[in-house]
Amino acid sequence: MAKQPIITVNNLVKKYGDFTAVNDISFEVFEGEIFGLLGPNGAGKTTTLEIIETLRDKTSGNITVDGFSIDTDAASIKQRIGVQLQAAGYYPNLNLTELIELFSGLYGVKVSAMDMLEKVSLTDKAKAKYKELSGGQKQRFSIATTLINNPRIVFLDEPTTGLDPQARRNLWDLIREIRDNGTTVVITTHYMDEAEILCDRVAFVDGGNVIGINTPDNFIDELVASGFEREKEVKKANLEDVFITKTGKHLREA
Amino acid sequence: MNQQKSYSNFDATMAIAKASFRSIIRSPSAVVFSLAFPLIFILVFGFIGGGGGFKVDVGVMNGTDTTSDIYRAIEKSGGANLIVTQTDAEMLSDLQKGRTDVMIKIQKNTNTIPAYKIDVKYTEASAEKGKLFRSLVLMPILAAFNKPKDFVAPAPYASLSEATVTGRVYKTIDFILPGQLGFSLLSSGVFGTAFVFLSLRVSLVIKRFFATPVKRYSIILGEMIARIVFSLIGALIIIAIGHFAFGFTLIHGFITVLNMMVLSVIGLIVFMGFGFVVSGVAKNESSVPPIANIITLPQFLLSGTFFSITAFPKWLQPISNALPLTYLNKAMRSVAFEGSTLWDVRTEVLILFIWMVIVYAVAIKTFKWE
Repeated sequence: MAKQPIITVNNLVKKYGDFTAVNDISFEVFEGEIFGLLGPNGAGKTTTLEIIETLRDKTSGNITVDGFSIDTDAASIKQRIGVQLQAAGYYPNLNLTELIELFSGLYGVKVSAMDMLEKVSLTDKAKAKYKELSGGQKQRFSIATTLINNPRIVFLDEPTTGLDPQARRNLWDLIREIRDNGTTVVITTHYMDEAEILCDRVAFVDGGNVIGINTPDNFIDELVASGFEREKEVKKANLEDVFITKTGKHLREA
Repeated sequence: MNQQKSYSNFDATMAIAKASFRSIIRSPSAVVFSLAFPLIFILVFGFIGGGGGFKVDVGVMNGTDTTSDIYRAIEKSGGANLIVTQTDAEMLSDLQKGRTDVMIKIQKNTNTIPAYKIDVKYTEASAEKGKLFRSLVLMPILAAFNKPKDFVAPAPYASLSEATVTGRVYKTIDFILPGQLGFSLLSSGVFGTAFVFLSLRVSLVIKRFFATPVKRYSIILGEMIARIVFSLIGALIIIAIGHFAFGFTLIHGFITVLNMMVLSVIGLIVFMGFGFVVSGVAKNESSVPPIANIITLPQFLLSGTFFSITAFPKWLQPISNALPLTYLNKAMRSVAFEGSTLWDVRTEVLILFIWMVIVYAVAIKTFKWE
């Protein structure tokens, strides 16, 4: 597969007064991959994402998304991307079907609400309100709203935070499915096991800087080659494997 | 792939209007404030007002001959509400407080002429009703009884011909309903708008909207359209109930209703402007009611919603005369009862437009998107 950059970030800087949230970041996201933005809290992940999503102004730097510059073509970019925000709410008092209708109006596309809900296995919740959903269902619904405009790229900001292991696995499957349908995925997460399994490539961000971009495998090999050894010998399974084996993979949802 | 169809701001605006309207009609507080409260006030005042005629509370003193012709005539006149269950002392105390308007004692005379002796006590606490009772009930009855049996009226010196023009009776409902309508528009405009935009902002709904191609003006316009449609439906219900159940006067019928709708929209736009200001000033949902009340309460009390502002003390009237709801109420009453056209109430409308300019200038400064 020829690696074609779909997002190019060059020398991105974002300052809030004296505080530099993003300090000269550059990276590329390739078409059709799941790209992970990893780093501790306050590293500048969300700020970087929101600038790419045209939700926030940058201080300096150049960003191109699917061939459009964020400076001059924000409107075209918004039509080609799907955005899931950390902790975003949805219009009050509406059920899922009505929310999908609202978003299809906002994106200016005609979609069947049932088809969209089907993609995220929420057809049985079509008449439920967003606030009545479980954590995993909320995240799946959020992802459904990002797919309405059939986007080229979706941005997922910590989609699995607070989910139980079953719901997390379920969401991984959904995210892989989105990638396999040809949509590029940019994701942030605090879970390294998740990034390792899910992401094709990851970038580590700390203190507003990118401190490395590679595939998870290469990063691990590099570290091992440098002589790193875990303190405790690694067993062939971990506690999460035990959890999943004992409790099964099926989703627990009200 | 991406849709090549060109993006429609109109469709996006309508999508927001539709979503917002659905949300409003499912929100209990919106329905209670815009419909239930005004209707309760209209019901209460509608029944209290009662409409035409007068009734004077007349205390019948102990020892009155209730079988006499005179007593029966007073009873039959329908102008007196005769109280027979109290002692004289209780009646006197009520008379001093104005709770009873007149006290009367009718006794058969022990001497034969005149046949009856009537004592009447009026009170300064209710002088008007006392006069009414005297001139419209008591004197005509006495004149009839005092007229000699075989009396022949002399040829009149001047003939009098009297006629009453059929006029419109200004009923309580004609005053109360426009005031309640104004109150409904005020609370829906200020509270509704403030709560919606604050909660959309705090819960990041608006931020998620910004990740779609929607324009900012579509969000504002969509919300305004939804609220206007909701409030106009509410106004129609209030007017319909007032008209059919309590005889609210609509001089030119449907045209009057249309004019009232136009005034409602103008008023609502002003009030929504206050709502935008409140949503920008408030930090969180719990700080909306106090700030919104600072705007709505003075207007609720001082804009002639319940009482005519001419009843207020002189020093308070300039305040009343500065508030936008005062002019909306004036214009509404004038259109509904006097049959004024929108051109006739242009002064009031112009003042509302001036308010609109001021309020939106402040709203643009204070409104926050995130």
